[in-house]
Amino acid sequence: MPAHAGCPTKARPGKRVTMVHTLTPTADLKTDVDDVARLVSATGERVRDADLDPWAADVDLAQLQGLYRDMVLVRRMDAECMALQRQGQLGLWAPCNGQEAVQVGTARALRADDFAFPTYREPGVNYVRGAKPAEYMRAWRGEAHSSYNPYELGSAIQQIIIGAQTLHAVGYAMGIQRDGTDQVAAVYFGDGASSQGDVNEAMVFAASFDAPVVFICCNNQYAISEPVGIAATHPIAGRAPGFGIPSLRVDGNDVLACLAAMKWALARARQGHGPSFIEAVTYRMGPHTTSDDPTRYRTQDEVEAWRRRDPIARLEALLRTQGGFDDEFAAGVQQDADTLAADVRAACLGMTTAPAITILDNVYAEPHIGVDEQRRWFGAYLDGFADAEAAGEQAS
Amino acid sequence: MSELTMGKALNEGLRQAMRDDDHVLVMGEDIGRLGGVFRITDGLLDEFGKLRVVDTPLAESGIVGTAVGLAYRGYRPVVEIQFDGFVYPAFDQIVSQVAKLHYRSQGAVKMPITIRIPWAGGVGAAEHHSESPEAYFVHTAGLRVVAVSNPQDAYTMLRQAIACDDPVVFFEPKKLYHVKGEVQLGTALDDAAPMGLARVARPGTDVTLLTYGSQVATALDAATAAEDEGVSIEVVDLRSLSPVDYRTVTASVRKTGRVVVTHEAAREAGLGAELIASVTERCFNFLESAPVRVTGWDIPYPPAKLEKHHVPDLDRILDAVDRVLDKPNSMTGVEL
Repeated sequence: MPAHAGCPTKARPGKRVTMVHTLTPTADLKTDVDDVARLVSATGERVRDADLDPWAADVDLAQLQGLYRDMVLVRRMDAECMALQRQGQLGLWAPCNGQEAVQVGTARALRADDFAFPTYREPGVNYVRGAKPAEYMRAWRGEAHSSYNPYELGSAIQQIIIGAQTLHAVGYAMGIQRDGTDQVAAVYFGDGASSQGDVNEAMVFAASFDAPVVFICCNNQYAISEPVGIAATHPIAGRAPGFGIPSLRVDGNDVLACLAAMKWALARARQGHGPSFIEAVTYRMGPHTTSDDPTRYRTQDEVEAWRRRDPIARLEALLRTQGGFDDEFAAGVQQDADTLAADVRAACLGMTTAPAITILDNVYAEPHIGVDEQRRWFGAYLDGFADAEAAGEQAS
Repeated sequence: MSELTMGKALNEGLRQAMRDDDHVLVMGEDIGRLGGVFRITDGLLDEFGKLRVVDTPLAESGIVGTAVGLAYRGYRPVVEIQFDGFVYPAFDQIVSQVAKLHYRSQGAVKMPITIRIPWAGGVGAAEHHSESPEAYFVHTAGLRVVAVSNPQDAYTMLRQAIACDDPVVFFEPKKLYHVKGEVQLGTALDDAAPMGLARVARPGTDVTLLTYGSQVATALDAATAAEDEGVSIEVVDLRSLSPVDYRTVTASVRKTGRVVVTHEAAREAGLGAELIASVTERCFNFLESAPVRVTGWDIPYPPAKLEKHHVPDLDRILDAVDRVLDKPNSMTGVEL
């Protein structure tokens, strides 16, 4: 089997993989971004794909409008957080501009009782999971390490260590198997992460145990400054079959294709067929983070070329051809987006920083004599300032 | 009471923990049909099945990383790292994920993972099979680290570690796997001394000898030998390396005024350095002499035929005891 072929036949009886997008080998990944499965062209035409069509058959106009609204709101929230960082309200932000389709499309296919394992660049996933305004950026403001309670959102803490969460998703999926439910773990990671040992080990474990997990590789073309060509000389989707995991390479700026691919993968997992792999080919329109300067490593022409593949404009064009987009709809979505942005801003500015002594909280789940002792020391030290302040007030 | 080897005591501890809580599962390399290379999981596959006794692919980061996911889901994984020197591929998952997830999630996500590590030397093993990496984990906030020195502690502390809602790195001296001792099986965990407490393994009045793991037996031998020379050594088995039970440690030091620490791990930034710094901070005015470390040399673990020159033995410990007692010793006249 050639390395690029997406046709795994598991060396186990009774396991057949029925659907995989065939990949064309190429050494120049910059030019093969169209070697993907898609349902909506860059200009907004509904195109056919034999693999994906069955999984998009029940998507009606209202759902398409909902996906559009989701993406506009995510982009607006993302822009607001960028602005908040520039205004000194956030320490850092990792923008997802341009990647709304893969985040919204895949996450919308999840059930509430599934569990997502996002990276720091997946606020769009958490938007779909129901994040409250403060839950997009509490961590980015530096108020806490997690912006939310993972169990309330059905979404693990946004992972910063590249690729580490893929193993967590597989382990979580192994837990699902032991509980005998049909839930699924969905894990997001980037093209850069595909080099990590953890990601490859995760695929070994997932295949070995038939874990109900979906690997979603958001190939946004860059790992900070390093183009995907440094990580991969062949499409990343082509690796999964080598592990025995069926794989799809989809247009990551086509929200309908992302939704359909995810429904395919989720159905496989729920039916006990184990893991699936989706490479969503997309583009990071903004910097890696607010600390990054992408003009040092890529051209404006390249960025503009990707702007013409924009996921939101593309869906707008499709909606127009289907009679699902008019001024009233657009205005309503924009108003919702502005409301979300205002709520995010208000939540950010309204945050209060926890008292100093709380940095010693939650190091351990059970009482710990070492931390307890340091809490007493630090508490006494802090109390000394309180005494001094009280004395100062009395003197004045 | 039953007389069991430490290996069998660990096996019984695992079995009891799995009977007590069906969310406990064990995972690692060769732990299923083989029962582990040291047979610590012997028979568990037959009793609990392959969903709870999981032979994993040979990838330590994968083992610990999937254990994190299982813990996210509410399970209590007990992970076997086959040998001490094989834990490093899992280091990132242990330090960045296992240790920190409770803190990072403001207490929402518990990581009740026990990481068992067959540990340390003295068994004539090949390279990478005799290491003492405990200081790496002691240095990492969020982990608890324990080391057992006898079959009873092995049985009880393993059950306690598994029942603990925090991650525990559990060091098992390979050298003691076949050493027998009396074990009270099946006791309620509430009736046992908490695993965080140190134990005075032998009372004494002249010198406090702090140690843990397989060095406890060597320390006890040294104390017996010293008694013949009229020196009374108090041996403290730390049991918990993080946190250290300084209440027990300082009570001993304030009584004796002299401290020797011995461990097999290398000296530089080893646990002995931390122990002596903390003892000095807490007991400076009680000290009659400068504390002394007796450790492995600052070298990679040497070849098997030479390991007896690396692992501190009875004579090296007694030499250090002479030093804290201001008696002639190997360092007399040597400038530090």
